Amino acid sequence: MTAATANTDSLSWYEASARQRIDALVDAGSFAEFIGPEQREMSPHLAIFDLPEQFDDGIVIGRGRLDGSPVLVAAQEGRFMGGAFGEVHGAKLTGLLRAARTLRQDALILFDTGGVRLQEANAGELAIAEIMRAILEARRAGVNVIGVIGGRAGCYGGGSLIAGTCSRLIVSEQGRISVSGPEVIETNKGIEEFDSRDRALVWRTMGGKHRYLIGGADTFVDDETLAFRQAAIDALKVTRGCGVAVLEAEQSRLERRLQRFGAARDAVDIWRALGISGPTDIPALPTDAFLAAANNRENADDAR
Amino acid sequence: MTLDDILAGLFPNGSDIGVAGAMISGSAIHPGAGLVHVLGISQGQPLGVDEAIVLARRVIEIVKSGDRAPILFLVDSASQRMSKRDELLGLSEYLAHLAKALLLAEAEGHRTVALLYGGSAAGAFIATALATGTLVALPGAHPAVMDLPSMARVTKLPIDVLKAKAEATPVFAPGLENMVQTGGIHVIWDDNAPLGPQLAAVLQRPQGQDDRAWLGTERGGRRKAAEITDRVVALAAAS
Amino acid sequence: METLSFRLSAPTRAGGTRMQAIVGVVASGNLEVLLERAAPADSCMIDITTAAHGFGAVWEAVVRDFVDRRPAGGLRISINDGGARPDTVALRLAQGVRKIEEPER
Repeated sequence: MTAATANTDSLSWYEASARQRIDALVDAGSFAEFIGPEQREMSPHLAIFDLPEQFDDGIVIGRGRLDGSPVLVAAQEGRFMGGAFGEVHGAKLTGLLRAARTLRQDALILFDTGGVRLQEANAGELAIAEIMRAILEARRAGVNVIGVIGGRAGCYGGGSLIAGTCSRLIVSEQGRISVSGPEVIETNKGIEEFDSRDRALVWRTMGGKHRYLIGGADTFVDDETLAFRQAAIDALKVTRGCGVAVLEAEQSRLERRLQRFGAARDAVDIWRALGISGPTDIPALPTDAFLAAANNRENADDAR
Repeated sequence: MTLDDILAGLFPNGSDIGVAGAMISGSAIHPGAGLVHVLGISQGQPLGVDEAIVLARRVIEIVKSGDRAPILFLVDSASQRMSKRDELLGLSEYLAHLAKALLLAEAEGHRTVALLYGGSAAGAFIATALATGTLVALPGAHPAVMDLPSMARVTKLPIDVLKAKAEATPVFAPGLENMVQTGGIHVIWDDNAPLGPQLAAVLQRPQGQDDRAWLGTERGGRRKAAEITDRVVALAAAS
Repeated sequence: METLSFRLSAPTRAGGTRMQAIVGVVASGNLEVLLERAAPADSCMIDITTAAHGFGAVWEAVVRDFVDRRPAGGLRISINDGGARPDTVALRLAQGVRKIEEPER
């Protein structure tokens, strides 16, 4: 067999579609889809709201090869309904993760989601709970479940909780991770608490750089598909499981974070407390300089 | 029912359960099931980083004790705490950590049962009640993903239109009965009957796979989830 | 939602050997186009579900122009439309036939 080859053209991960991301991530030509668009498994609920459906319900799932090894892959399409979890969308991912456990094959989830799809909110919420349980069970069986975050819709709401159950997370600067979105916080707590139109505030509170610095993500990459591919290959080299020891380590890690940074008013305070000499420069730093500045970041290697 | 009424009903021989702030923690001897660990969140409080880390610590301690006794998780919460501080500190990790701890407990041989006796919503609901092996509820409990007025704002539909649509399907609107029909809640307890035997009945249920999607199919609230999930598993195995 | 169906004579068979292709995404001002080799070789079937009501004549002009200019024989084309403009529709249809012509790996 010939060596695994990547698609050589690098694209912006942020700009790419779900299908383009999969094609760029796995070995060229290796992806085979499960329940593809020709099956027309669309949401049965959007018609109630007279909303258009998509043939794949906003998520592409299947199997490809990554550097020669089989992996199960799911990619959300953030431009359709904000990449939100509905009944069919969620069930496709649940099925993929249960297969990962049964077949002992690693899985990659390419997040791009605003969270639960409100038009089918109960089904979406339950799908998230089912997915989290399926991930934990897969990890306990020795399977890696890697989350990849760098899309237009970010990784919000229930999507961020799913990300929190993954064994490793790869982010780019654009990869925002947060439970409540900026608009939700502003609507509930007022503009004094959070001004959702202040984009700089959004990026430094929820963006990939901050998450990487506090240990909320494991690998920080440029917004390029080839960089994501290499990070995914590297992430699959270590398997950690998910037993008592891992969760005890995570407990210590998250307690430590509250002790160190619990009184911070802004991300810049946290970055300063991490010993970064020019904390206000962080948002503007290119990747190499950022990674050098992040040398003393909090780290979650054995504690996720 | 108040928390005191519930605890008295579940554990007529008394219990050693404290409430600090909104957090419930302790244990009791159930007449049939023996030792039961009890924890939870009360008073309709939001679940933020500070609450989640305390609850997760308790769950991990229980798992480490190795006693394999059941864990009863009582839930009357709001949603996740919606604040800049919580998100700055990585709330998603704290909520996922609590959920993982509960899922771990079930996998390590503890029966985990959540009793929803008040409200719960969104991230708080996922990280607590929906992360246990079996979720039961008392009449009057009111789970939600989002309340209808907020939903009306986001979907840009008048609330009357939304209410009319909610009559036709259990799939989106808040409420106990909808969460039962979609398979999220295993059973609604009878609050006129003694609670202790109802807990015993749940604990006698064999520990097994996640069957919520199949419950949703049987009850008509989620007709596609189970079938699609199983089809994906079969396709992956066959290729 | 409004549904439209066209069955058009398409003298030139779509090239390539792929059995299907999909392009685009359903979003405001955008659409997805699924192409399948599932029609008689000399015709093209196009089924459209659109969020924009009352544009049947515009759709007919766009799809007739498409089958006149592009090799679309043998294709069943299914469209989910989020209210795209005619030039976007024409672009996606052209991308779709190019994609189904791409050599298989």
